[in-house]
Amino acid sequence: MDLIKRILFLPPLLLLITFLAFVLVRVAPGGPFDRERRPASPEIERHIRAKYHLDESIGRQYLRYVGGLVRGDFGPSLKYRSHTVNDIIRQGLPVSLIVGGAAFGVALGLGIPLGFFTAVRRHRWEDMAGGFIALLAVCIPGFVVGPLLVMGLAIHWRLFPVALWGTASHAVLPVMALGIYFAGRVSRLMREGMQSTLTADFITTARAKGLSESAVLWRHAFPLAVLPVVSYAGPLLADLLTGSFVIESIFQIPGIGVFLVNSSLNRDYPMVVGLVLLYAALLLVLNLAVDCIHFWLDPRTRHG
Amino acid sequence: MDDPRPSLEPSSPARQPAPAPASVPERGADTPGRRAVRRFGRNRAAAASAVVLALLLLGVAIGPWLSPYAPDAISTDQFSPPDGRHWFGTDVHGRDLLARVLYGTRISLVVGAVGAGVSLVIGVLWGATAGYVGGRWDHIMMRVVDVLYSLPSIVFVIVLITTLEQYFGQWIARWLSPASGGTVRMLLLFAGLGAVSWLTMARIVRGQVMSLRTRSFVEASRALGAGHVSILRRHILPNISGVVIVYVMLTVPSVVLSESFLSYLGLGIQPPQASLGSLIADGATQINPFRTYWWLIVCPAGVLVATLLALNFVGDGLRDALDPRSEE
Repeated sequence: MDLIKRILFLPPLLLLITFLAFVLVRVAPGGPFDRERRPASPEIERHIRAKYHLDESIGRQYLRYVGGLVRGDFGPSLKYRSHTVNDIIRQGLPVSLIVGGAAFGVALGLGIPLGFFTAVRRHRWEDMAGGFIALLAVCIPGFVVGPLLVMGLAIHWRLFPVALWGTASHAVLPVMALGIYFAGRVSRLMREGMQSTLTADFITTARAKGLSESAVLWRHAFPLAVLPVVSYAGPLLADLLTGSFVIESIFQIPGIGVFLVNSSLNRDYPMVVGLVLLYAALLLVLNLAVDCIHFWLDPRTRHG
Repeated sequence: MDDPRPSLEPSSPARQPAPAPASVPERGADTPGRRAVRRFGRNRAAAASAVVLALLLLGVAIGPWLSPYAPDAISTDQFSPPDGRHWFGTDVHGRDLLARVLYGTRISLVVGAVGAGVSLVIGVLWGATAGYVGGRWDHIMMRVVDVLYSLPSIVFVIVLITTLEQYFGQWIARWLSPASGGTVRMLLLFAGLGAVSWLTMARIVRGQVMSLRTRSFVEASRALGAGHVSILRRHILPNISGVVIVYVMLTVPSVVLSESFLSYLGLGIQPPQASLGSLIADGATQINPFRTYWWLIVCPAGVLVATLLALNFVGDGLRDALDPRSEE
């Protein structure tokens, strides 16, 4: 019931977010044609504005935009005028999906085992070392890891290409630079979830029943302990799949993360709103998915 | 030594709601605050980090005076690697990197602290109001938070900073008449970063306030005729302060990180001023396959990472120390 209600609420919520983004970028000072190579005469600029309907009232422009959205048209890019927003998303999104998806895999694949292991070995040296590694990962931003990886693995040892996009080996450094930070965060969440689950009564009961330690840890503790990670994974995946400005600009990757930042700087209105809509839709759907997984993992909600 | 109670005491979460000043315990008594301090001290990583942080603060406070180089003094000594004269080497303009890093760390820390402070004020006011009033207003206020969550924060910050600069930049500059453009930019950064980082704080505070509101000591106080303001001030806020302190401590590193990122984009601190982020960005532009000027990245990045590590360790330590349920 609740799920159906939430799915029905998605379109109006997305419409509201689109409206907010639409108003936000238009209220901001400056316009899409401020940084043209040669200053256009007022005449020409008026023509361009009329061509993109920027001379209409904001309300009419918004209705026009929503009308386009219904037909699956995100509108023209005001900066890259030979392209539509659909073109740019179609070209950039697959790249960002690959890098972001792989980084998501790195984050969960390294973070969950590390967090699990450090929680099980609580207060021993493995816990201290693992906890420190996770915290260190959280404290090194991508714009530090990226250049360091380039200097070490690409320039000095020549193991991977320095930048650009093409073969699988081009993806290794960006995925590492993007994923390591989030692996640290996932590990910390996993460790905390596991620590608090292991002190719960039902774990004591499971041990008292004489279950093997691995059954206690994996069958009883893990599904509950992983819940904080699951909650975090939704927003994380939405974030990663829509590209990272830093990683894409350091490694010269043609994803959409660069466009999100540049279009906000350039006031490329349809582009900003289109990408915000993409992000918000992904986020809301993934949060819905997260709640479904929660329901399935947590026996208290399943049987309650 | 006159007052044995550290300043942490009034905000300890375990403090019972209505102790009058007369109930100040005697010297040597075991108060929750003192237990917290002891727990914190026993956490070696946190205690060491507190020392590191104190040294760092001292360094950025007095370091620029001790350094023989000004952070923006240009020399012909370009790209010299770290040595006895220039401990962190020099950059493309022959400026001493150590002086610049000290100066940049100072700016990064100020932005982090003020940004976290702004997010604290907005987050606590918003969350406490929603949680305390409840009902329809709570619903509306928290939906606003949800909607703001689903806007990419980077877009929000970019638009906010440029808008504020347009409308308030002139006004602030006139108000602080001798202010440089850099100071105005910093004030805008404070506002922008604070305005996007209060959302989680509001959620946490709301949750805490909602559970406190129905507790018996609050009901008792209400039955005795206490007004909303006095209930909030005397009962609710002191009880959420532990959670709030911890979360603020963990917000500082995330604001420092966001500031570094914005400066890396060229939206934050403007040259010739520098923050750790803009120094790293400058270093990253000097990467080329022929010569690596590693110190231009490694030195500012090392200081950034050390600062963030220390802040996080102290935050974690405070959380464990202020949690009355954690084992002795």
